[in-house]
Amino acid sequence: MAPIIEIKNLTKTYGSGTHALDHVNLNIEKGEIIALLGPNGAGKTTLISAICGMIKISSGTVTVGGFDVEKEPRKARAQIGLVPQEIALDIFETVWNSVRLTRGLFGRKPDDAYLEEVLKSLSLWDKKDAKNMALSGGMKRRVMIAKALSHQPKVLFLDEPTAGVDVALRRDMWDVVRKLRDSGVTIILTTHYIEEAEEMADRIGVINGGKILLVENTATLMQSFGRKTLKLSLVEPLAELPASLSDYDLQRSQDGLTLTYTYDTRAERSGITRMIADLAAASISVRDLESHQSSLEDVFLTLVEETA
Amino acid sequence: MNWLAIKSIYISEMKRFFRTLSQSILSPVLSTVLYFVVFGAAIGGRIQEVGGISYGAFIVPGLIMLTVLQQSLSNASFGIYFPKFTGTIFELFTAPISFVEILIGYVGSAASKAMIIAFVTLITATFFVDLQIAHPFWALGFLVLTAVSFSLLGFIIGIWASNFEQLQIIPLLVVTPLVFLGGAFYSADMLPGFWETVVKFNPVLYLISGFRWAFFEVSDVPVGVSLAAISIFLLLCISAVAWIFKTGWRLKE
Ligand SMILES: Nc1ncnc2c1ncn2[C@@H]1O[C@H](COP(=O)(O)OP(=O)(O)OP(=O)(O)O)[C@@H](O)[C@H]1O
Ligand SMILES: [Mg+2]
Repeated sequence: MAPIIEIKNLTKTYGSGTHALDHVNLNIEKGEIIALLGPNGAGKTTLISAICGMIKISSGTVTVGGFDVEKEPRKARAQIGLVPQEIALDIFETVWNSVRLTRGLFGRKPDDAYLEEVLKSLSLWDKKDAKNMALSGGMKRRVMIAKALSHQPKVLFLDEPTAGVDVALRRDMWDVVRKLRDSGVTIILTTHYIEEAEEMADRIGVINGGKILLVENTATLMQSFGRKTLKLSLVEPLAELPASLSDYDLQRSQDGLTLTYTYDTRAERSGITRMIADLAAASISVRDLESHQSSLEDVFLTLVEETA
Repeated sequence: MNWLAIKSIYISEMKRFFRTLSQSILSPVLSTVLYFVVFGAAIGGRIQEVGGISYGAFIVPGLIMLTVLQQSLSNASFGIYFPKFTGTIFELFTAPISFVEILIGYVGSAASKAMIIAFVTLITATFFVDLQIAHPFWALGFLVLTAVSFSLLGFIIGIWASNFEQLQIIPLLVVTPLVFLGGAFYSADMLPGFWETVVKFNPVLYLISGFRWAFFEVSDVPVGVSLAAISIFLLLCISAVAWIFKTGWRLKE
């Protein structure tokens, strides 16, 4: 199946001379959740803005559902819902009117039953007649999501959707996002919370300095880049590492009671068996073992540092 | 054409107007009353008639034009500046609508508001003077053309402005003087020769003159000239808007 979004050689240079995007190529498949990870200023918002038609593209092409965003903007945009990074609401307007306005702007006939469903799914129904100014920050962000969903988009962009949303609500929000994905909506989100990307996304794209560094299935990424650590709790404190163990990447804790062994899951052999044999030979007795898979956070930081 | 989008913008803008209806109406009514007290009663006591019309009645078309100009400008400039200020304008850029549709929505609603207030001003005036409108359709035509042109100008100002001061400076520095020097409260031929020539360069004079002709069949300039002047002004505004549309000036990075 053709990807729902195709980005080819997308470059964006702002008037100020900032090269915010540098020959970005990315295909987004229908029905997936893809997370864009990158530090501040990486170009995530710029990428979203270019796809949604908020900025002029310097060069390259973007199509949404087969429609070029610059040549056939109406057809491309009709399929997109956007929740921008910054909350922007008419504070004098009510929640209900705001949501209805967005639906109208997208050229959709009023459908109050559908809008009721959207507001209920975001726990906003009891606030529908409240003015936007009377809402808390987290509620405002949910109104932004409700507006983006008001016209039944095929693609939903969430630019840092969980900033300022409490833990319980964040979980609810992810439930809503998963349900949307299950109903066939494609979701592109950016986040600084790596656990979120790890937990939510089918694929993760790492972006820095306006370049896509890598796009990979979340699970594959975790595996192929994951470094593991093995913690060995010792029966007796170890004053210093015997020379016979100096070849291994072993860290001795301050109290001498734990050794941490780091190994690469990409390597052919972990070296664990040999190391344990050498430990035994050096008469070091191990009380307990604990292995730990490094988080995506470590993966991410490694990648960004490598390209910095 | 995305008519539903135009309708949505129009309705949402009109709702804002009706939400603050008492304020929207009160200030033009109050200033009309004040103008009648100050100009009508005080000056009108000394100037009996202008061109065969009682001074009180003579100033009514000018007063209405003043109101329409100010209301069109402020409504349209604020209407598009406000979403820029709050950031909600992103929605207009990401929705499947063209600049023309945005324009029709905002300019249409601003012109409608100005017309409503013009009617309120007219009704207020009838409490002070006897009025007969000789050519109601011409009067309405001038009113609509003026409301639309100045709403377009207001729209341009709203797009250009990057703060509230800029939003107010053009109406304050340019439009208000033009209205006062546009023969709202006097006939151009009452001015000394030199000034009579100067005011002929004031576009607002042509508007007020044409509008007054529709009321009383007296005018400073021929009504055809007035119609041509307002049409040229309308075309200028449309061209400016078309240029903004083409270049994305002040709208898109
Ligand atoms: N309107 C603009 N004008 C000029 N430069 C801009 C503009 N918007 C963004 N930039 C620059 O483009 C680069 C990418 O910014 P962008 O907002 O896309 O980053 P981001 O990945 O979304 O960052 P964050 O995580 O902080 O939201 C930055 O260097 C930024 O300074
Ligand atoms: Mg951003």
